[in-house]
Amino acid sequence: MEAEAAKLIGAGLAAIGMIGAGIGVGNVWASYITALARNPASKAEIGANIWIGFAVTEAIALFALIVALIALFA
Amino acid sequence: MAAAADGHGGGGGLDPLHQFEIYPILSINIGEYDVSFTNSSLWMVIAAVVSYLIISRGVGAGSLVPTRMQVVAETLYSTVANMVRDNVGDAGKKYFPFVFTLFMFVLFGNLLGMIPYSFTFTSHLAVTFAMAATIFVTITIIGIMRHGLHFFSLFFPAGAPLATAPILIPIEIISYLSRPVSLSVRLFANMMVGHTLLKVLGSFAVMMGAAGILPLGLLVGITALEFLVAALQAYVFTILTCIYLHDAIHLH
Repeated sequence: MEAEAAKLIGAGLAAIGMIGAGIGVGNVWASYITALARNPASKAEIGANIWIGFAVTEAIALFALIVALIALFA
Repeated sequence: MAAAADGHGGGGGLDPLHQFEIYPILSINIGEYDVSFTNSSLWMVIAAVVSYLIISRGVGAGSLVPTRMQVVAETLYSTVANMVRDNVGDAGKKYFPFVFTLFMFVLFGNLLGMIPYSFTFTSHLAVTFAMAATIFVTITIIGIMRHGLHFFSLFFPAGAPLATAPILIPIEIISYLSRPVSLSVRLFANMMVGHTLLKVLGSFAVMMGAAGILPLGLLVGITALEFLVAALQAYVFTILTCIYLHDAIHLH
C-alpha cells in the first residue's frame, strides 16, 4: 500500500474514536434532563457540574481528532 | 483570524492551519537560544493588559450602585471565588490569587483569539502544557509540604481491600501523571479545532459564491458556539485546577 493512502485511511480510522464521545455527550445531557424532570429543584446544584462532565467527555472526541491530524500532517 | 472568511485563504487555497503560524516580531537570540518576541508573546501581553485594565477599572469606581465595568469585574471575581470556596474549601483561600490569575489569562487568551486576524495563544500545546505542568508541579509540592510522606496515600483509596493494592496503585499513579496531559490537551485541542472549523467553513462560504449564504449562516451559529467554548474551557481549566488542589489538600 502506498504511504499516502495509508495516511488517509489511518486518519479516517482515528476519527472512529468520536463515536464514543458522541454517545458520552448524549448520555451526559440525557441524564441531566432525566435528573431535572425528577427533581426540578436541583437545577442550581447540577447546573455547574454538567458543564464539567460535558467538557471532559467532549475532549475525547478532540483527542481522536488530534490523532487524525497527526496521521495526516505529521 | 478565525471568523475572517473574506478571501483570507491565500489565493483561494484551503489552508486552515496557516492561522496558527508563529512568527517573530522582534528577533532576540541569547547564546544559542531563540527568545524572540513573537506574535504569540504579543497576544499574551495584550491578554494580561486587558484583564488588568478590566479589573482595575471595575474596582477603581467602587460605587454602591455598580457601573457596567464594575459588574463585569465583580462577576468575574465572584465566579472564581465561589469556585474556589465550593471545590477547595477554606484552605483554598490563599491559593485564590493564583487560580484567579490563571482564569483571567486563559479566558482572555480564548476570547481575544475570536477577534478576526488576531492570534490565539491557547491554541498551542507548548503554551497550555507549560501552564498545566506548572499547576501539576505546584500542586504536588503543596501536597507534599502539607502532608509529608502521608501525601502518597493519595494513590491508594481509603477503605479498599489491601489485596487490590497491586492493581489500584499503578492505576492511580498513571491517572495522577496523566492529569497535566489531559488538562493541556483539552484546552489546546478545543481552541485549535474550533478555529480550524471556522476557517474551513469560511473558505466554503467564499468558494461557493452566491450559494455561500448557507455555510455563512452556519458560520454565524458556530461562531456563537465558539464564544461559549472559549468561556467554558477557561472555566473547566480553572475548576479542574481547583479539584486537583482539593485532592492535594484534603487527600480524597
